Order: sequence, then C-alpha cells, then structure tokens
Amino acid sequence: MALVEAVGVRKSFGHTEVLKGIDLEVERGEVVCLLGPSGAGKSTFLRCVNHLETIDAGRIWVDGVPVGFRSANGKLYELREREAAHQRRDVGMVFQRFNLFPHRTALENVMEGPVQVLGRDRAEVRAEALALLERVGLAEKASSYPAQLSGGQQQRVAIARALAMKPKLMLFDEPTSALDPELVGEVLDVMTSLAREGMTMIVVTHEIGFARSVADRVVFLVDGAVVETGSPADVLDNPRQPRTRQFLAKVL
Amino acid sequence: MASDLRTAEEAPSSELVVVPLRHPWRWVSGAVILLVIAGLGWAMSGAAIQWEDVPGFFTHPVMLEGLLNTIVLAVAAQGGAILLGVVIALMRLSANPVARWFAVGYIWLFRGLPVLLQILIWFNLALVFQNISIPMLFSVPTNVVMTAFVAALLGLGLNESAYMAEIVRAGLSSVDSGQTEAAKSIGMTPFTTLRRVVLPQAMRVIIPPTGNNFINMIKGTSMASVIAFLELIHAANNISSRNLEIMETLFAAAAWYLVMVSLASIGQHYLERAYGPR
Ligand SMILES: Nc1ncnc2c1ncn2[C@@H]1O[C@H](COP(=O)(O)OP(=O)(O)OP(=O)(O)O)[C@@H](O)[C@H]1O
Ligand SMILES: [Mg+2]
Repeated sequence: MALVEAVGVRKSFGHTEVLKGIDLEVERGEVVCLLGPSGAGKSTFLRCVNHLETIDAGRIWVDGVPVGFRSANGKLYELREREAAHQRRDVGMVFQRFNLFPHRTALENVMEGPVQVLGRDRAEVRAEALALLERVGLAEKASSYPAQLSGGQQQRVAIARALAMKPKLMLFDEPTSALDPELVGEVLDVMTSLAREGMTMIVVTHEIGFARSVADRVVFLVDGAVVETGSPADVLDNPRQPRTRQFLAKVL
Repeated sequence: MASDLRTAEEAPSSELVVVPLRHPWRWVSGAVILLVIAGLGWAMSGAAIQWEDVPGFFTHPVMLEGLLNTIVLAVAAQGGAILLGVVIALMRLSANPVARWFAVGYIWLFRGLPVLLQILIWFNLALVFQNISIPMLFSVPTNVVMTAFVAALLGLGLNESAYMAEIVRAGLSSVDSGQTEAAKSIGMTPFTTLRRVVLPQAMRVIIPPTGNNFINMIKGTSMASVIAFLELIHAANNISSRNLEIMETLFAAAAWYLVMVSLASIGQHYLERAYGPR
C-alpha cells in the first residue's frame, strides 16, 4: 500500500466546494510536487492530509491509517482532537509563514515536539536537535530567537522542528514563497537533500526548477481537481491539458 | 534685508552666534507647580495633625493585622479571578454555543453590578438561603460559611473574574492562528498547545491590564470594611475609635496602600520584562 492514499476527497467551505474529489497516491520515498493556480485548493488538500481540516467526503490513508478516524469492529470512529493530535505526530508540516514559536530559541523550537509531545529525555533530545540544526546548516544559531533569524534561516529551523518528530511524511506548503529571492536557494537545498535521503514529501510550490529536478511526480491541480499528473518531464515540458499549458506559460 | 540673509547663509557657521531656543513658559509653569506644592506642605504642617503619632499607627498590631488581611484578600481574589477568567475566556471562545452564551451572561452579570453591592449580597445570603447544599451530598448553614472574608472574596473575585475573562480572551485572540497550527502539526494536544504555545504569547497582552487590575483590587479590598472585615480601613477605624485620631490612623493606612501599590507596580514591571518581546 502506498504511504499516502487519497480517494475522492471533497471539502467545502460554506457553499463553495474547494476540493472536488481528489485521488492521489504517494509511494514511500516519493516526492510529489503539487502545482496549480492560486485558489486551486493545494493548501487545503495538504491541510486535510494532516487533519488540520476535516474532509466532507472521501478518505485519506497515511501508512494504512485513515486520517481523522480510528477503525474498530468494521467501523470508522471519528477521532477526538486529542487522538487526532496523536496521529499528526507521524506527519511533519512546513508552512509558508514558518510559524516558529517566537518565545523560544531555535534549539527550543526543535526540542519542543520530542520533549512535550513524546515525553522524551531532554538531554537526549537536545543532542538530536543540535544535530538537526547542524544538518540544516544552523548549528551556530541554536540559541537565537526567531526574530533574530532571516526568513531562510527561520524556514530551515521550521524544517528541523518538523524532522525532530521523525515523521514518515513531510508536507511543505509553499515553503519559499515568503522568502526574498536570494534566500530561496538555501531552503530548497535542505529540501533537496531531504528528498535524496529518501523522505516521502508532498510539496506545494511555484518553484518549477525544484519540481523539475527533485520531484518524482508532478500533480497539477485546478479548481479543486487534478487535471494532469506525471513525471516532471511529461507535465512540465509536454503538458497535454490547456489549463496546465496556460499556468506554465505564466510561471516559467 | 535680502543681502543680509545672503551674507548670513554664506558666512562660515563657526563665526555665527548660536542662540538656543528659550523656554520661558517652562520656567513659569515649573515655578507655579513648586509654589502649589510648597503651599500644600505649609498647610499640612499647620494642620491639626499629630504627625508624630502616625508611625506608631503604621506599625500598630491591629494595623498590621489589617494589612495582612488586605494582602490575603487581594491576592486570593485576584488569583481566583485569574483562574476563573481563563476558564470563562475559554468558554467564550469555545465551539459549544451553550458555553459561549454562559460566558457572555456571566460577564454581563458580574461586570455589570457594583462590587459593593455584590459583597453585600453575598454577606446577606443567609437571609434568603438558610443552608447551602447540594442534595444528598452536603448541606451547611449559610451563616457559618459566609464569613466576611468569604463574602468579600466572592464579591471582589467574581467581579474581577469577569474583567479577567475579557483580558484573557483578548490575549488569546492576539496570538496568530499559525502558532496553533504549527503546534498541532508537531502533534500537540489542545491543552499542551494552550500551555506551551498560546498562553505564553498571550501573556504579553494579558499582563499589563492584569497588573492595573491588581492595583485596583488592592484598593478595592477597602470595600470589605462595610461588612466589618478587618482590612486596613476597618483596622484604622478600630484604632481611631479608641483614641479619636481619625486622620492620623487614616494616613497610616494610606501609607500602607502606597507601599503595596508601589510593590505591585515593580512586580508588574519585572513580569512584563520576563514575557516581553525577544
Ligand atoms: N478557512 C477557509 N474558509 C473559507 N474559505 C477558505 C478557507 N481556506 C481556504 N478557503 C478557500 O478555498 C479555496 C482554496 O484555497 P487554498 O488555500 O487551498 O488555495 P491554494 O491552492 O493553496 O492557493 P494559493 O496558491 O493562493 O495558496 C480558496 O478559494 C480559498 O478562498
Ligand atoms: Mg496555498
């Protein structure tokens, strides 16, 4: 079974249907880039995978577990918020606006999950967190507060914070869209090496270059539906759908 | 004229005499203020007050007992109000409409009535309810439970909790929703999210008005004197009823209020710094 399986996912806000039956599979170790125009529902879909939104119809499985539900005696029971929190441990998420905890240092941000959520030993977690900061190139910024870091540095701390939970799956929602152009590269580099190490990733991005070089598969979303999917070479260089062509003409 | 200006502009600035701006009115208003203060001081010294007795009243055992009671009452009422305020604020923000409406009604009631009235109502509760009971669990006579301290605590604390609920709600709402999402995304439960992420950031908004309210609370305890609770004012009255030095004892009480309020202000300053922006 694929690590992520989404079947017929529908989601409405009020009377507007934002996701109109999305089917998507992501294999273990696969990197899938989600492209599409603004308002297509890319963020909403990612948020559904992490159960930050509840879906109205369809089902999402992550590693065989139905997101937002517990299955017992052939029935699916909707989870309480506490139980949903437990499910989210396995899925890391990186946001467009970083969302680091401003009242904690970079190191404390990274340690927060393992210590507070998993209840692990502080000293042990500290060593791991320092190693993670090292990995994203920020060992010397461990005791800096987010406000003292550049956008690119904050986003790399945010990636380290998500990795500290040892997730099976990483979700990235336009991780470089809020960055100055000269800072985009450092974040994409971290993501690229993460992909090379075999992390399963779903990445919403407008960085076509990243999608081309790192993604195993590109999924093109318009108006809440998948219009085209395939290898980066197929979708980016020989788009079959007019909507895909229009969009690519604008961003390339 | 024009040629004068030009020469002034062209001349090297070092050769010009610089005339600083004068502030004659600062001198005048400053002098007036000092005069008023001197006049007040002169009036005070001429007043029929036995100044030398004030220090004695300041440390009088009854005054000290009143001081202790005032502190206990203020701290207990404020502490309880903070806890209750958090609960009411969470109800106010909850998804449960019944809880929301309860919170709105609670704030409307306890903020809407004068504290003095609330204290009197609690103190006189025995007139209408002889026993306080939960059927089959316990029952106690109201006049045993509802001491002056308890009545004052309820009157001051419940009123304050309504204000605290609004302060806490404003604080919680001030925290960006991205913070809650980030906390959720690393698997935090709602309670941990509140405790580790939202509340610490809300503190920056919550502390300044809470400090102000606590200062008001310290002074507000004086209302408990009407139900003969031995706080500072009642203590002052007790002392002066024997020696008739009413002003002297009141001044001694006033000095204690200023001491307490000053200490509270200092504490607030340090708290604000501890939770201040990084
Ligand atoms: N909480 C919400 N309440 C109401 N409408 C929402 C909410 N979240 C998203 N929407 C709407 O759903 C639609 C899809 O939003 P979404 O954020 O998923 O788009 P997106 O593909 O991520 O776009 P962008 O590239 O601009 O981030 C938009 O029309 C948006 O206005
Ligand atoms: Mg988006």
